Order: sequence, then C-alpha cells, then structure tokens
Amino acid sequence: MENLLLLFAGTVLVNNFVLARFLGVCPYLGVSRQVDTAFGMGMATTFVMVIASVVTFLIYHLLLVPFGLEYLEIVAFILVISSLVQIVELFLQKMSPTMYRAMGIFLPLITTNCAIMGLALLIVQEGYNFVEALVFALGAGVGFTLAIVLIAGIREHLEIADIPHSLRGGAITLIIAGLMALAFSGLAGLV
Amino acid sequence: MSLLNDFKNGLWNEHPIFRLLLGMCPLLAVTTTAEYGLAMGLATLFVIICAEIVISLVRNLIPKKVRIPSFIIIIATFVTIVDYTMPAFFPEIADALSIFIPLIVTNCLILARVEAFASRVSLKRAIADALGMGIGFTWGLVLLAGVRELLGDGSVFGVQILGEGFPTWGIMGLPPGAYITLGIILAVINQIIRMRHKKTREVS
Repeated sequence: MENLLLLFAGTVLVNNFVLARFLGVCPYLGVSRQVDTAFGMGMATTFVMVIASVVTFLIYHLLLVPFGLEYLEIVAFILVISSLVQIVELFLQKMSPTMYRAMGIFLPLITTNCAIMGLALLIVQEGYNFVEALVFALGAGVGFTLAIVLIAGIREHLEIADIPHSLRGGAITLIIAGLMALAFSGLAGLV
Repeated sequence: MSLLNDFKNGLWNEHPIFRLLLGMCPLLAVTTTAEYGLAMGLATLFVIICAEIVISLVRNLIPKKVRIPSFIIIIATFVTIVDYTMPAFFPEIADALSIFIPLIVTNCLILARVEAFASRVSLKRAIADALGMGIGFTWGLVLLAGVRELLGDGSVFGVQILGEGFPTWGIMGLPPGAYITLGIILAVINQIIRMRHKKTREVS
C-alpha cells in the first residue's frame, strides 16, 4: 500500500508526465488557453489513460507475450488506443450526453497524444504489475490535469498583459512552462 | 519548380517546429546533446520518407473512411523497424532516446503531413515534401540541442568549445532548460520574420 502511494505521489509531482518526462506536450501547449477547457481536456485524458492502461496491459500479457509477438508492441498499442478512443466517444455519446458535451470535442485529439502511448510503453518497460499499472495511469492523468490547469490559469492572466510582440503565443507559453518545470523540480526530494 | 518549392517549404516557411509547433515531445525530451538531437532527427526523417512514399503509392487503394487507421499502421511499421535497428547498431544512443523512438509513431508532424499532403499528391511531390519536412525537423532539433549542449556542457557534438573555466549551466540538461531555450529560440525567429515583413512592406 505504501509503495502504491509513493508511486502515485511520485508520478503526479516528481515525474510529472508533462513537466519532467515531456509526454503530452502538444495538448499542454495547444489546449491551455482557458481553465475550463483545460480541465475538460485533463479529465478526458485521465479517463482514456486509465482505460488504455488496462487494455494494453491485458493485450501485452495475454496476447503478445504468450505468442512471442513482443515486436508488434508499437503497432498493436497504437491501434488499440486509437480504436479505444473511438469506442469511448461512442459510448459516452449514448450513455452520458452531459459528460459527452464536456469531454467530447477533446477525445479525437487524444489519439495523437503521446502521453497515452508513452504510458503504455512505460508500463511494459518498468515491468509494473496490474495494480501498479492502474495507479501509475491514474497518477499520470492527475499530474497532466494539474499541469494543464495551472498553466491555463497563468495564460488567462497573460491575455491582458503587455507582452513584446515576438514573444506572444508559443514563445511565452514555453518560457512559463519552463518556470513551472523549475518549480516542480523542487519537489524532487519528496519521494 | 514546384518540386523545389515543396522541398523548401519544410525548411523555413512552414518549418514543422518553429512555424507549425508540431512534434514537441521528442523535440524537448531528447535534445540534451547535439548528437542525440541529430539521431532523433534522422530517425524521424527515415520514418517520414518511407511513410510518405508508401502512402502516396497506395493512396487510391485506401477507402476514405479508414484512412487514418491505415496511415497509423503504415507509420507504426516503419517505427518498429527503427526501434529494432537502432539498438543493434547504436546501442548507446538507443538507450538515451529510450521510449522516444517508439513514440515517433505519435509524432503529430508525420500524421499531419501524411494526411494533408502525401495522401493527395504524386509520389515525386510527396518525396520532396518528406525530405523538406524531415530535414527541417532535424535542423530544428540540432539547433536546440546544440544550444543546450553548448551552455550546459561547454561542447557541441562532444567537442569542447568553451574553455575549461566556463561555469556549465546544469539547468540546460534538465527539463526547464529545454522549455526556456525553445521559448527564446521561437521568440528570436518570430523577431526575424517580423523584421523581414517590415522590410518587404517598406520596399513595396
């Protein structure tokens, strides 16, 4: 139990997916203009991460390993993740229209989010068992949500700030991200 | 003429990193030294060329509705080839790049070019575009990695450039250094483009 708590805290704060591992940087820079949308994106990503980690874990250990097909890992994972996103989208549309309205538009974007694929590959690389994989996925999702909501909050204030022309847009966002990463690296001694 | 334009497009006008902001994850993660940046760039170049060639050839055979999954499988196949070739020939580099080699598959740059370009045009134009985008991505990586290695380690490509007494900036090797350096490079490039625009406007 203690191990799992450490793993969770470590994944959220110390090895934050966006700020320390550079996974999921595209949505982090692209969908972080407003806190509301950033939160929606974070929730949708967390949701898909947890499901994807379960499905890819089962596929890897029940299908690829017994048949000696580990070299198909990349092809299998990316196919599973992209079809999974579509299924989740259809399912939400039918079962929970309110949730669909909140997350729907973000789901297609998640297919090319390298955080999901990276998560699946890291679980294999680190040799996590099923429970650890679940906790790791949840931590990754919460960490991603935390980072994207924080930067969206800062960017909302930047809208009214007087920034030099050439720094506007991507440049200033990257510099803020750097400062956030710096702040988060202060938590390194935590775990 | 148009072939040359397709090629040059990726080098500056529609530079994948500095203009389109695509492929950020590998860009930030692997650019601790110029050598790793170059290796990542070449691996991506290989995948984008092969993927654009194959997709341009089969573009009329793939039904519209399943085109994205088909493209992803084609890309993933070439990524698997790189993922198994790299450790065999360059074990050290493959170790350093670790999961970012398989993650070439989710590099939005490749899917974007394949969807927007290779699936619509002839083989020749697709190759020109792939070369331009791939080389553009590579020089972007090497530039960022070069700056980080120079300030973080005093060397470029492992060759000592700044004197022994140079106090190395440890932060450059860490994530914050990557974000801040890229932000500053972007600002400089924006400034250059703005100055050029001003000049052309004054002339006309």
